[in-house]
Amino acid sequence: MSVILAAGDPLYVLGVDVTVVVIAAIKVLVAFAALMGSVTLMIWFERKVISDMQSRIGPNRWGPFGLLQTLADGIKLFFKEDLIPAQADRFTFKLAPYLALIPALITFTIVPVGNSVTIAGHTFLLQVADTPIGILLLLAMSGLSVYGVILAGWSSGSKYPLISSVRASAQMISYEAALGMTVVTVVLATGSLSTHDIVASQAGGFWNWNLIRLGVVPFVIFLIAITAELNRPPFDVVEAESELVGGFHTEYSSLRFALFFLAEFMNTITMSAVMVTLFFGGPSGPVPNIPHLEWLFPILWFLGKTVAFCFAYVWFRAALPRFRYDQLMDLGWKRLIPLSLAWMLLVAGFLVSPAWGFSLAAISLLGSVALTRAFEIGTTREVGPDAVLPTVGERPLPPYVLRRLTDGEDN
Amino acid sequence: MTATVPDLLVFLAAAAMVVVGAIGVITFRNPVHSAISLILTLLGVAVAFIEQEAHFLAAVQVIVYAGAIVVLFLFVIMFLGVDEREDVTVEPLIGQRPLAYASVFVTVGGIVAMLSRGGWVTGASTVTGPTAVYNGSTVDNVTAVGQSVFTTYLFAFEATAALLIIAVVGAVVLARRERSVEGGESA
Repeated sequence: MSVILAAGDPLYVLGVDVTVVVIAAIKVLVAFAALMGSVTLMIWFERKVISDMQSRIGPNRWGPFGLLQTLADGIKLFFKEDLIPAQADRFTFKLAPYLALIPALITFTIVPVGNSVTIAGHTFLLQVADTPIGILLLLAMSGLSVYGVILAGWSSGSKYPLISSVRASAQMISYEAALGMTVVTVVLATGSLSTHDIVASQAGGFWNWNLIRLGVVPFVIFLIAITAELNRPPFDVVEAESELVGGFHTEYSSLRFALFFLAEFMNTITMSAVMVTLFFGGPSGPVPNIPHLEWLFPILWFLGKTVAFCFAYVWFRAALPRFRYDQLMDLGWKRLIPLSLAWMLLVAGFLVSPAWGFSLAAISLLGSVALTRAFEIGTTREVGPDAVLPTVGERPLPPYVLRRLTDGEDN
Repeated sequence: MTATVPDLLVFLAAAAMVVVGAIGVITFRNPVHSAISLILTLLGVAVAFIEQEAHFLAAVQVIVYAGAIVVLFLFVIMFLGVDEREDVTVEPLIGQRPLAYASVFVTVGGIVAMLSRGGWVTGASTVTGPTAVYNGSTVDNVTAVGQSVFTTYLFAFEATAALLIIAVVGAVVLARRERSVEGGESA
């Protein structure tokens, strides 16, 4: 497979003049407006689907089918009193919601929404930016989005948000490793980091999609890891209502709370779109031969696939019970990271030659046997009072064991 | 490549981020605020990298430094609870301050002297441009970095990776105290 050059957006090829700047600015504005609008719809969609699944009616007062409920809630939040707790670190407390929102906005810039379009003699891609680093921007922004949660929890000056922020930092950092390695498999198969090239290499039918081409495993790992990154159910230990009140945003009210809410739903939409881009061919799909409307169908395909994933997230929330914190960490470190690493080696091997592929598969199998044995030894190991952690399989421990471990009376 | 007006503006913005962040790191009394300042500095450096067409370096700068290392700093600050203002009027090491001033003076003076006398400053915003020549063919920058890391500099790259893994395993072995010795399967 030859290396595809990151061509970049054809808009900038002929140099930058006033029209090009205007088109770029319009792209940014349209993307921003579309994202804001879809967040409103997504919140309504989530509430409506959840209530259907729970045999309730859900919001139905404002607008047809309750469509304007989110708007009403937004106006209500806007006019509520803005409280800052006395114990809060005021600067960080005010900064945190913006740190949560901005990465959510930036990630969407790399998602190709459709194919290229020509307006006024300028051909351009239907994505805000086709950067050479492409998909690395996703990893960079998901790395930065941790700060909003950590700093919000810490600066609230309250216990439950602090616990939530410590959980969030550990969880989001852990799952980033598995996330990065599945992205690497996609990049290996494409030969480019650019999201435009990733989509272009999957064109020509669903059997070319990375979902099929890479085996289903990378997609499953990516789906789990991205759900954990989003702190969505079943991985929402960060804002587990039954344990931590509201998690990191317990102390927030008014507009700042609305910003967190906005960031969370915007991230859900963006990650659904990223999944479509990486594994489901983005805007590719059959285009009927209707004059002047060929540009529309890729966008519809993209929207359809993205909505399917948004629905899947709501479905997860309705159907799956929340993971316990230690189960979450076990899944991330002991299952997903080794599996994604092995699958990456496998894909790399088969890209070189079948012989390399099969030998790397054998090595991965041997490695997994060794790893299983190591886990077995780890869980059955006898632990003294000075050991760093109690045995994994027995947490949460009964109170008398905990007391013995923490007090260290009978050595 | 000569610098244009947008180049200059981007450079000034990046430089302002770096300098303001760096001053914040040493002047804020609260370690968490210092860490936030450090993020600003690192993002400014990433913008400067993009301005110099080093896209991959910029991405790695944000992913590794801003996205992982400062999170680790914050994690430690929160866990150890060192967010109270420390008393810095008492010097734990006598003669530390004059030494610090002297070393800052020597370092900054040395850099300025080298910049003024050496041929490092070319005035160009980038030495390669958006594309680079690798093995006789023109490729984009990210590709060139990837190919040189995995061909010419493969040994150095793998040695660095092994070194990091060894450091992590070593830290775990040193930090773990275990009473039971049967099996001997530590770490």
